[in-house]
Amino acid sequence: MEYFLELFLGGLTRGSIYALIALGYTMVYGIIQLINFAHGEIYMIGAFTALIFASVLSILGWPALAIFVVATAAAVLYSSAYGYTIEKIAYTPLRNAPRLSPLISAIGMSLFLQNYVLLAQTSDFLPFPQLIPDFEFMEPISHIFSSAELAIVLTTVIVMLLLTYYIKFTNMGKAMRATAQDKTMALLIGINVDRVISVTFIIGSSLAALGGVLIANHIGQVNFYIGFIAGIKAFTAAVLGGIGSIPGAVLGALILGWTESFATGYISSDYEDVFAFGLLVLILIFRPAGLLGRSETKKV
Amino acid sequence: MDYMLKSLKVAIWFMFLTFPVVVIKVNTIENVVIWRWHNMFYMGISIFFVSMVWRYFLQRKEMSGKKEKTDEKTFTQSIMENPVMFKSVSGGILAVLCVLPFITDSYQINILTVALMYIVLGLGLNIVVGLAGLLDLGFVAFYAVGAYTYALLNHHFGLSFWIVLPIGGSLAAIFGILLGFPVLRLRGDYLAIVTLGFGEIIRLVLENWNDFSMGPSGIANIDRPTFFGMDLTLNQSTIYIYFLMILFTIFTIFFVNRLQNSRIGRAWLALREDETACQAMGVGKTRTKLMAFALGAAWAGLMGVVFAAKTTFINPASFTFLESAIILSVVVLGGMGSIPGVILGALIMILLPEYLRAFSEYRMLVFGGAMVVMMVFRPQGLVSNFRRKYSFHSADTDGRFGR
Repeated sequence: MEYFLELFLGGLTRGSIYALIALGYTMVYGIIQLINFAHGEIYMIGAFTALIFASVLSILGWPALAIFVVATAAAVLYSSAYGYTIEKIAYTPLRNAPRLSPLISAIGMSLFLQNYVLLAQTSDFLPFPQLIPDFEFMEPISHIFSSAELAIVLTTVIVMLLLTYYIKFTNMGKAMRATAQDKTMALLIGINVDRVISVTFIIGSSLAALGGVLIANHIGQVNFYIGFIAGIKAFTAAVLGGIGSIPGAVLGALILGWTESFATGYISSDYEDVFAFGLLVLILIFRPAGLLGRSETKKV
Repeated sequence: MDYMLKSLKVAIWFMFLTFPVVVIKVNTIENVVIWRWHNMFYMGISIFFVSMVWRYFLQRKEMSGKKEKTDEKTFTQSIMENPVMFKSVSGGILAVLCVLPFITDSYQINILTVALMYIVLGLGLNIVVGLAGLLDLGFVAFYAVGAYTYALLNHHFGLSFWIVLPIGGSLAAIFGILLGFPVLRLRGDYLAIVTLGFGEIIRLVLENWNDFSMGPSGIANIDRPTFFGMDLTLNQSTIYIYFLMILFTIFTIFFVNRLQNSRIGRAWLALREDETACQAMGVGKTRTKLMAFALGAAWAGLMGVVFAAKTTFINPASFTFLESAIILSVVVLGGMGSIPGVILGALIMILLPEYLRAFSEYRMLVFGGAMVVMMVFRPQGLVSNFRRKYSFHSADTDGRFGR
């Protein structure tokens, strides 16, 4: 039973991280129908930025909590700046191009960013300092659920509530939903679509950065390649839940997290990624619109 | 002046953006930080100029977009359409290629063989991406299927290269159909991610299923191809494989060229442009797409067999997503759907990094950047594909519909 609980909580943590990244995919897809392949790289850059700032500050002798706050803030700031810039360089000029073009541009961007970090930093795994302290009240269950994991789950829940509020009730959120429904119509009623798209990229990128910092802190190491697999898995989660749907992304991420956790726990840990991709293929075959997505019929 | 100011702003923005990654380098083991301020300076200056060039080309692109499109023929197009020119040019290239092994060393021949392999792989992927418009990011999976087919059959049963070649190709095609059947109903971008996932699944299975594929350590001592039963020395077989690849390339070019103008080829083009209209015209969507998928996969499988025979050692590390990305960029840079484009793309992508060894670590950085730049400024690639056009001539001049 305890093993089951451990796997369950592990899956919950995994799922929360996937959810943070998947939200960026699903929001961008909802608005411009583009799979932003570079999204995983933004998550990686977030983790790297946090690592760099944390190392500099720890050499300067700052206390751990202050380092954590500053490093996270820097990661979020820089990742959203990257997200914004990538959108302006690689996607804005292609807004009216055939669908294959922005997709290829996104893959190119992803390769570019990976190698940019590889060349400017290193190809080795860098150890990431443990920034979140061990809470005392977590002591009795710390062997199955650590403080870092608690932080991940809590952050995800809070972010999710804030995001739901933002999308549902603010003017920008309304503009986003309008743009997602019909871009031309949104333009006609006076919504600045370019700005809405930029904001979407910024929000998605900052969520990915948050995920990057938290997972790097939890796993304890960072590498230029971590964005690739995390990106595909988060995309899987987004598709699982129905791409374009925000609650769907969270649901999909949790299901994916649990699937991976239980499959590696009870079957075999070698095939962790195979389970994830297998799940993706199965979902696309039997329910292409995802669990919470609407199936679209095309009018001619 | 306004130009300069804007570029200056962009340069400052990028200096800010690249600051943590480019300037600071941390050594987390010894806890020292290296500050590389000079990088920031270089970054600022280069971005300033890049931004000016970028803006200029973007403006030029907008200007040309407004102009009426002319039917001017490009240089390659005029060569391709003139039979005498075409024959002499291709004959000349062929003659040079055939003489090369006798005047250079085997190192050069090896590089050329690799380049030829990428031409064939690129042309295979070109069927899927360029003609049928299906973005396949797991192309390398079929390559792996071919390579492992030969390696395993050779290892366990001692089957020779020539027997396995068709087996590898057809097995890859079967895999293509197996994967394609369920997923081809999906929209284009889903297909991209599923093929990517499939490519990773194949690699992970090869890596972890030790009893079947011998895991990460791979399979060594694969037989080289024999020449009518004769065993060849290393040098001879290098040249032999080189000539095989030349024949292969010619065959592929011929095949793909014929395919392009065949019934199925035109069905692919139509499907790429508008699925609904195409279905309304009575072209079976799934069948046509499956055909493209299977044919592309078969080509990758054949090349996989050649790859295994050439290197005599394979392991899963040769079949990562990076390989798919390289083949894809061959197709994209060269020009989707264009045969001379793909050939040029493969030559640039494979030969340039070989001869510019000093910059080889920047290879993927440049390729990634080039893919973005290509899509923004020249989506049709280096050599654009020209559509065969049929125009109407009145009866007194020609009396028929002609080109």
